[in-house]
Amino acid sequence: MRATLRNSTLVRHGLFFLALAVVLLVLTSFVFDPYTNYNVTEVAIYAICTAGLTVLTGINGQVSLGHGALMMIGAYTTSVLLTWHPDLPLILMLLASIATTGVAGAIVGLAGARLRGPYLAGATLALAVALPQVPSHFASVFGGNQGLNVPTPSPPAFLGGDFSPEQWLAWITLAAAVITFFVLANLVRGATGRRFRMVRDNEVAARLSGIDVARTQVLAYIISAACAGLAGSLFAYWVTVTSPSGFSLNLSLSLLTAIVIGGLGSLSGAVIGSFILVYLPVWTGGFASSLNLSSNVANNVPLAIYGIVLIVAILVFPRGIAGGIASIARGAARVIPSSRGPTALPAAPESSQ
Amino acid sequence: MRLFVIYTVDGVTNGAVYAAVALALVMIWRATRIINYAQGAMAMFTTYIALIVIRHGAPYWLGFVVALAAGLVIGAVTERILVRPVESRPPLNAVILSLGVLILLEAIAPMLFGGQTQSFPTPVSNIDLVAGGTTLDFSPFDLFTVGAVLVAMLLLFLVFQRTTLGLRMRAAAFNPEIARILGIRVGRMLTLGWGLAALLGALAGMLAAPSVYLYPSNMDEVLVFGFTGAIIGGLESPVGAVAGAVGVGLALSYVSGYIGSDLAPLGGFVILIVVLMLRPQGLFSFGRQRQV
Repeated sequence: MRATLRNSTLVRHGLFFLALAVVLLVLTSFVFDPYTNYNVTEVAIYAICTAGLTVLTGINGQVSLGHGALMMIGAYTTSVLLTWHPDLPLILMLLASIATTGVAGAIVGLAGARLRGPYLAGATLALAVALPQVPSHFASVFGGNQGLNVPTPSPPAFLGGDFSPEQWLAWITLAAAVITFFVLANLVRGATGRRFRMVRDNEVAARLSGIDVARTQVLAYIISAACAGLAGSLFAYWVTVTSPSGFSLNLSLSLLTAIVIGGLGSLSGAVIGSFILVYLPVWTGGFASSLNLSSNVANNVPLAIYGIVLIVAILVFPRGIAGGIASIARGAARVIPSSRGPTALPAAPESSQ
Repeated sequence: MRLFVIYTVDGVTNGAVYAAVALALVMIWRATRIINYAQGAMAMFTTYIALIVIRHGAPYWLGFVVALAAGLVIGAVTERILVRPVESRPPLNAVILSLGVLILLEAIAPMLFGGQTQSFPTPVSNIDLVAGGTTLDFSPFDLFTVGAVLVAMLLLFLVFQRTTLGLRMRAAAFNPEIARILGIRVGRMLTLGWGLAALLGALAGMLAAPSVYLYPSNMDEVLVFGFTGAIIGGLESPVGAVAGAVGVGLALSYVSGYIGSDLAPLGGFVILIVVLMLRPQGLFSFGRQRQV
């Protein structure tokens, strides 16, 4: 045990595999429980979007308070296409949503590449407020405030007649999430990721090394938006109705807060944040309804607890939960005597707004 | 032409409310380099407090004073307890903290005050004035709104420019280190600055509530439009914030009137982007180039 803890890299890997084991546990259990299945699908949807946001905000240093609006573009792409051509295969819907949102991301990114800090935050915030009001103006295309119905995709015949569409959607979503994380993890560790981080850490140095800062930032925005589009498309299938109310300002704020309390800059932080987004309301909602409170109070307990969690997390774990785990591990490494002295973990990237 | 006048009056009135929010954001930005995303939620909260006071039979003006006082207290307490620890940390921490406060306030408000939308009284008539048989296109409350924001700005200007306290606050915001060496209690100045900003926000809440009604997220859009105005103005300049916010008010009113109210926020977004493309630091910013 001591020998393992002595080497902090092993500790980190141990924690990583512990987290993986938890994920696998959930994966195996969802096969048997439709409700968990439903929640895990939601976690995977948020994880896809927050992973993209992590690349943008955590790795590339561009803050976005408007990713809910990008998810909305993906969801509406799928929903509108489905009302026009209900027979098109699901994979085409996902790709079309990725494409349209990627284009939207390129436009926002081109504007965003010139903006820093609160200016970028304000512009994306304005987008998050503006876009959900558009469907009611073009009600004939977008179904107005009622929204558009999205049929749950039917599973292929070889899975048997009693295979539930919900479980099929869960499989699709988890597969999409795994592919997204695989692609992003490679990207983040590769040359592109290094360029992203360099632009985040020091623009002048990046420019001196021959990096086109603006192009790098736009690329980060496109990748991030494509993830949001994929998540939005799956979100449309998961909710079964695409309406403006599903993409409130709260969604955008939740996505950003999730990656920060999860741990900014790490893809695992995006997963942790997505779990918190989904399961905190589930757990606290159950707790609140067991207390027999009035509906005004009970309905808002999950939100209140989420607000408290955010505040406490920022005050106690300034580098997010993933960063907090790293600090605890570092503390443990210091407490346990080592012949080589404490080995510091590489510091989690400081956020740059 | 008549419509244009109506839209213009609406735009200026709404712009005055956005200006109060924008000014509050700029005050906090200049002092602590933090955007207080909870500004709108704090204003919502203090407006509910005023409504309770008024519902218990007190006159409007008592509710008005109580709301402003509550704003002062909420702003000061938030800075002292929650914001102080993150002031020296990476900026995103402060963003998340203020979003946490926003979410918490919007969750507590329906618990305490009920979640349903409520109407809110005005101190003076909300009906358009009639002079010599013709209907003018503004109401006494419109005049009150613009006047109250102007008076608040004038008072703030006098406090900041003509009093020792204001000088101390400016010094603390301008250079905390040197201000501290000169014996200024920088922490207290920041607390007071947040309190004054929240007081201004509370004023905006009282002025907005009669037209946007009162519900837990009623100030979300007002905050975003005020923030948009502050950014257009350059975030550093109080004059710019007011000009930007009134500009946003006018733009939203014209888009809403001539094209459709659903597209007004999109119009605000487009204008913001156009201005920022031309001047990424806003219109009234003369300071250093972009901060990374």
